[in-house]
Amino acid sequence: MGAPRPIRARLAVTLATFGALAALSCLLAPLVGSTPINLARVFDRSIPFADNVDAQIFFVARMPRVLAAALVGSTLAAAGVVFQAMLRNPLATPFTLGISAGASLGAMLAIVFGAAAVFGPLSAVPAASLAGAAIASAVVYRLATLPGRAMSTSVLLLAGVTLNSFFSALIMFVQYIADFAQVYRAIRWVMGDLDVGGFQPLVAVLPLVAIAFVLFAYLPSSLNLLSVGADAAATRGVDVARTQRLAFVSASMATAAAVALAGPIGFIGIIVPHLVRLMVGVDHRIVLPASALFGAAFLIGCDLIARTVLAPIEVPVGVVTAMLGGPFFLWLLIRKG
Amino acid sequence: MEHLSPFPSSPSPPALSAQHLSFGYDRDARDSEAFGLHDVSLAIARGSLTGLLGPNGCGKTTLIKLLSGVLRPARGEVTLDARPLLARTRREVARQVAVVPQETHPAFDYTAIEMVLMGRHPHLGALQLEGPADLGIAREAMLATGTAALAERSYMTLSGGEKQRVVIASALAQAADVLLLDEPTASLDLGYQLEIAGLLARLNRERGVTMVLATHDLNLAASLCDHLVLMRRGRVIAQGAPAEVLTAALIGELYDVDADVAFHERAGHLTVTPVRRTR
Repeated sequence: MGAPRPIRARLAVTLATFGALAALSCLLAPLVGSTPINLARVFDRSIPFADNVDAQIFFVARMPRVLAAALVGSTLAAAGVVFQAMLRNPLATPFTLGISAGASLGAMLAIVFGAAAVFGPLSAVPAASLAGAAIASAVVYRLATLPGRAMSTSVLLLAGVTLNSFFSALIMFVQYIADFAQVYRAIRWVMGDLDVGGFQPLVAVLPLVAIAFVLFAYLPSSLNLLSVGADAAATRGVDVARTQRLAFVSASMATAAAVALAGPIGFIGIIVPHLVRLMVGVDHRIVLPASALFGAAFLIGCDLIARTVLAPIEVPVGVVTAMLGGPFFLWLLIRKG
Repeated sequence: MEHLSPFPSSPSPPALSAQHLSFGYDRDARDSEAFGLHDVSLAIARGSLTGLLGPNGCGKTTLIKLLSGVLRPARGEVTLDARPLLARTRREVARQVAVVPQETHPAFDYTAIEMVLMGRHPHLGALQLEGPADLGIAREAMLATGTAALAERSYMTLSGGEKQRVVIASALAQAADVLLLDEPTASLDLGYQLEIAGLLARLNRERGVTMVLATHDLNLAASLCDHLVLMRRGRVIAQGAPAEVLTAALIGELYDVDADVAFHERAGHLTVTPVRRTR
């Protein structure tokens, strides 16, 4: 019998490799841009920060955007893994259950009716998109957990599809009564934008992301069993209803935070988990952390393409991920068939 | 109708017992006939091999799900070592009762050994990864089921018989002393049926694993089981040793089939030959 590498060794190697990739991406991506800068000068302590133009460009102008890409990529990729296992459907995405449609409706309403309002650390658009995402997930959750039953994954999927089209209709209606400038802003928001303008928006969504990731840590071995089947999981000691609740709530929180920060950037939640599975196998105890790390590097890479490929014009990052993701999704379908 | 004692002659207390279980899939059903299972009582003796027999839809799978605690009974109670199943955590139950379902279709492409190692789940803490001891138990389970050579193969690409043996290995890795099997040989050819039967008999004999086996294969039940439970329309119509309940009359009542029952010298057990449908 072949000796399978023990999970601990596999996990250590995976974390080291993907962790290094993510860290390198964060460090190298800010070097690329219209003004060339030098990494040695950036970290040269002999020059005061106020006089070090390279360091200012690196930390103030470019780093927030790179970290936003890392945070959003990581969060959406991990949420994708959790949703796919929970729904027993490898083609599910963080947006399948209508969270992004709810967030988009919220953002749209804020753009049209109350762009100037501020809610604590959040400005109107992210705050409203968070609220929209929360309402959408609450509705889907309520529908799928009628009293006395385990969460039904088919009801979840159907409710998600229905909510997606219902919210899309509402979005179209709000766009119809809005003016051109507002509609442009809304459409631009949907395309995704990682240019968050500073560290403050990152810090604002960080608590939600942190709570979601702590919950994620408890999920992987139960997700393995859930993806084999609810009964199989129950007879192996998994509290199925509790795990499904935990998975749904944590993945929804993570998705809502990512969308509030940078808009609904599509396909990350499906491309990254599938690429990671091709590299490290399907065990969720490895796939989940690997996807979180690889997702960060992947979205940093996509954003790099977005801001350099047609420079000085910037391509919305959502357009880049969709152009990569659409064909990839089709390839997955063909490959599965 | 013959009603035999639900308690087989055994000195030790039953490992698993069901008292007056009723269960309905239609939650609003008031009519007792709408219940999938009606007033079922049985006792599974430690170390015994019990067969559940009955036509499609008679409640065998439902009974297995109640005995493993996956479903909650509408009425009645299941006890494991004299303690109610529902008073225990899922993890606690899983350390003692393992289930082999009819079919297992994972959503992702796990390897055979990954499937087997999932059997260790109830023995590991929430954040604990399996260690060398768990790997050893998984390997031993794969050796016992003849699946060691398949360890690194993708579960999805295995044949029906190989898949079923991997799932049995996974249940063995759970190190439970009660094993509930739902038609483990249903989709297998004759060779694999005999192989699985031999494997179950060996596990029962050598490891003392208590087994409950739902099956349509009367000959398999006759060759393996020391206690049979005959179910029809959600009720137990008879239970006892194979020689007592595997009679032409009871088989007729169970399946509406006229059958010959004879002792087969070379096989060493009763054999049932269906002759014709009586209804």
